[in-house]
Amino acid sequence: MEIVLAFIIGGLYAAGLYMLMRRSLVKLVIGLALLSQAANLLIFTLGRLIRGRPALIPSDMARLVEPFADPVPQALILTAIVIGFGVQAFAIILIKRAYQTVGTDDLDDMRSTDVMHGSSSAPPVNLPNDKWRSPVEATLRDEGA
Amino acid sequence: MFSIILSTAVRYLFPLMLLFSVFLLLRGHNDAGGGFVGGLVAAAAFALYAIAYGVPAARRTLGVDSRVLISLGLLVAVGSGLWPVFSGQPFLTGVWAKPTLPVLGKVGTPLLFDVGVYLAVVGVMMTIILTLAEE
Amino acid sequence: MAIIMAILSGFALTVVAPWLCRLARGATGWIIALQPVGLAFYFASQLHPIAAGGVIALSYPWVPGLGIALSFYVDGLSLLFALLISGIGALVVIYAGGYLGEHPQAGRFYALILMFMASMLGLVLAGNVITMFVFWELTSLSSFLLIGFDHQREAARAAALQALLVTGAGGLALLAGLLLLGQAGGSLELSTLLNEGRAIQSHPLYLSILLLILVGAFTKSAQVPFHFWLPGAMEAPTPVSAYLHSATMVKAGVYLLARLSPVLGGSEAWHYLVTGAGTATMLLGAAVALWQTDLKRILAYSTVSTLGALVLLLGMDTVLSVKAAMLFLLVHALYKGALFLIAGAVDHETGTREVTRLGRLARAMPVTAVAAGLAALSMAGLPPMLGFINKELLYEAKLQAPRASVLVTSAGVLANMFLVAVAGIVGFAPFFGRRADPPRMPHEAPLAMLVGPAVLAGLGLVCGLFPDAASIVVSAAAGAVRAEVTAVELKLWHGINPVLGLSLLTVAAGVGLYAARGFLRRAGSIGDAIGRWGPRRWYSLLLASLNGLARVQTRLLQSGYLRRYLMVIVLTTVALVGSTLLLRGGLTEPVPSLLDARFYEWTIAALILLATLMAVLSPSRLAAAAALSVIGYGVALLYMLFSAPDLAMTQFAVETLTVILFVLVVYRLPRFASLSSRRARLRDAAIALLAGGLMTALVLTAMTLPRDLHLATYFAENSLLLAKGRNVVNAILVDFRALDTLGEITVLAVAGIGIYALLRLRLEEPADSGSSQPEEEV
Repeated sequence: MEIVLAFIIGGLYAAGLYMLMRRSLVKLVIGLALLSQAANLLIFTLGRLIRGRPALIPSDMARLVEPFADPVPQALILTAIVIGFGVQAFAIILIKRAYQTVGTDDLDDMRSTDVMHGSSSAPPVNLPNDKWRSPVEATLRDEGA
Repeated sequence: MFSIILSTAVRYLFPLMLLFSVFLLLRGHNDAGGGFVGGLVAAAAFALYAIAYGVPAARRTLGVDSRVLISLGLLVAVGSGLWPVFSGQPFLTGVWAKPTLPVLGKVGTPLLFDVGVYLAVVGVMMTIILTLAEE
Repeated sequence: MAIIMAILSGFALTVVAPWLCRLARGATGWIIALQPVGLAFYFASQLHPIAAGGVIALSYPWVPGLGIALSFYVDGLSLLFALLISGIGALVVIYAGGYLGEHPQAGRFYALILMFMASMLGLVLAGNVITMFVFWELTSLSSFLLIGFDHQREAARAAALQALLVTGAGGLALLAGLLLLGQAGGSLELSTLLNEGRAIQSHPLYLSILLLILVGAFTKSAQVPFHFWLPGAMEAPTPVSAYLHSATMVKAGVYLLARLSPVLGGSEAWHYLVTGAGTATMLLGAAVALWQTDLKRILAYSTVSTLGALVLLLGMDTVLSVKAAMLFLLVHALYKGALFLIAGAVDHETGTREVTRLGRLARAMPVTAVAAGLAALSMAGLPPMLGFINKELLYEAKLQAPRASVLVTSAGVLANMFLVAVAGIVGFAPFFGRRADPPRMPHEAPLAMLVGPAVLAGLGLVCGLFPDAASIVVSAAAGAVRAEVTAVELKLWHGINPVLGLSLLTVAAGVGLYAARGFLRRAGSIGDAIGRWGPRRWYSLLLASLNGLARVQTRLLQSGYLRRYLMVIVLTTVALVGSTLLLRGGLTEPVPSLLDARFYEWTIAALILLATLMAVLSPSRLAAAAALSVIGYGVALLYMLFSAPDLAMTQFAVETLTVILFVLVVYRLPRFASLSSRRARLRDAAIALLAGGLMTALVLTAMTLPRDLHLATYFAENSLLLAKGRNVVNAILVDFRALDTLGEITVLAVAGIGIYALLRLRLEEPADSGSSQPEEEV
């Protein structure tokens, strides 16, 4: 089954990365969700797969006896699942707000950090601001003068 | 989107789910369960309630602001860690009470910590879902 | 203990100075001056025990593992500097009260100058080279902030940056040199290092140590070719120029050379490097000072010249030269401090610092004029001032130099001739000269601005007439540098000898140069033309190329397209990890038993892969969301089948909540748009498949490797024993690694509050587009 899971993990990674590279914001969120599933499964598989032996100590024993499922990756994944949900929800809301504010969901239109107004569809461009010069450039100009 | 079937079902499901979530929380130390799962199930119960009866009703049933639950959960978790500090042990050392209670079983700071996790998870999930639903 | 208090009280006062300034307003300078005055008295009281050869040493552990201690070491040399720092500090603070008046930023000024004073004291009192380095950098930092005090002027900002970059670069070299020194000498404590001179000089690293430390000292003390930052630093308010850039901070490099001369000095390399740099600086500074017309720039270049002379004397490294250096240090601080403060007063009263527009100020500003005359006499080295005694000693030391005495003596005489003329230009011409068209008609400066110049210039006279007090301080300092007690006897009249002849020659030639100053200024334009290709130009070119490099690499790497970043990261990872896998033979035949899967497991796997395909290819948001749910529930089933009930339950619950989340928002999200071209999609798909394939190969390889069961076994054995829990996963979460869990729920809380903020807080519409512009050009 490990081999099958290896291919599932590869598939999820590939799908996640492909979606992350799209220009649409919503696809980015889908990609994030796919990636977090892939990472969880990866950690889980690396801890090896065992059927029907959870890491629970039976009531008549004082310790776990072999074979048992590795509890360490499980503890890692458990919190990762919940945090993954939090991050996913945050990303979705962020996109919703960004879409409302910027008026586009094309990542290529979101390259500037300047404040934009309402739903203006004009693409933001990084205009060189002549008013501001760094002290270094100021020295240079004075040198040249 | 009020539906009689849903609201009738939820009237019985809601207390059962809450009870189940507390059950998961309490048995978590010895069997499958724990604060994370318990909190998620409780949040699902409230979410279902909100869908059936509307967000204001869900807020009334919750009683406190969900953001208060977040901070309460964190406080309980930190407090359970501070408890051993007062008796000179490192932060977050597990301290257990001698007698075992009838329903709860062994009581100690790890259980209190799990309660903190439970409250924080419920708080966060309810904050997300209820604010979104009100949009 | 008192030493620590001396330093800490300055830093403490730094913090409260702005409030104090708001309360006391005009009187702030007088109040704050109480601290340095107290310190000066304290240091003066230590004079006698230390002059007798005593040393105050104390040490507190700081980073014992690295041999770094907060230790202090006070001997004659430290004491001379400490007296100058606290004494002149008090006068400068009082002066600043008058100079700044009701300046709105006066509080900041006091805070910064106190911070500098405390750092400078720390630098000269430190007994561990790392401690010293920390204070050294603090003085560079406070100098940067003080030069840029008037931060709304572009020139001030550029000058501050230039000073910081030059001294900061030197500081880095110094740090490297000090660390190597510590290695060679076996300790970072000065008290130990001072006795290791012989061992260090025969160490193979000696030359590197020497070069690195010299770069540090030369940048700080403005030696050629690093001298250009000091005239630039004249953008600072005048009290700062007088204090930092003349009397104290720029002497830190001289202090360092003097401090380490028992350790590093005496070798051929030391002699040629230090003497050479000193001579060049001395001549260059004196010559350039002659044709400047801005009072402060003239003083700055003459300071550069003096720093060169001090370095030259330390490079000669004889008993007499060290004595002369220590006396020169004191004399220069007195007359140059006075002249700077006077220049500030003149600027304050007349509104100009151009010497060509100044003259006949003596009637309007009599006290200032007297102080200026006295200071100029001392600078020119005329009797009965302390400057005269000093110049005699200088010439004597140079005449008796063991190597190249003719060369250094003639260089010294030449530089002093220039300085006599400079003294006339700054101390005599503005007050008694004929020409005068100042922008404002002057009055005498306020009392606060008279105290400093009068005291400093007066001390030059008093010490010249009664040289005994000065000789105690100087011999204590010289004794510390030469590590032998040397009595310095200072007297005005030495009889008729070659030294007196040289003095007469100097004065005569200096007066001649003074008379020809108008011609020199016209000739100076040639010098300026040459200077334009000097080190200042190299500095600018260096910065310009750095900026260019940054621009090019930003354009290459920071395109602003998320997918470009991802591509770079993914392809790099695939190339590095993949090549390692291939080269190290990681890809081995998978064990067939790992393919053993039940029928329903195959079904779940197929379902997950199908849903993944659908999530990628579906043109509808809703379908993609549904596919995500299928994947989530499928993964939960896998967890359940493979002994992870906790994970399965959590995943189920989360998936349910995710469905609710999507139901709530999905229709408010933008529709799926196909924005990329077909070619881009094919390219991305290829990259993604490559990365996915790599992950599959990694998992398969990992399956063939042995596993570290350390942790699993520990938790299996101790879960019930220590954490009293039968659910091992839960025991890890709430007991063994509870701190991690605490961190994780905190992250969750932050995400939840963040979402609330995003949804509830509206972006405020900016009132006008101008508000987002940087505040420049005010």
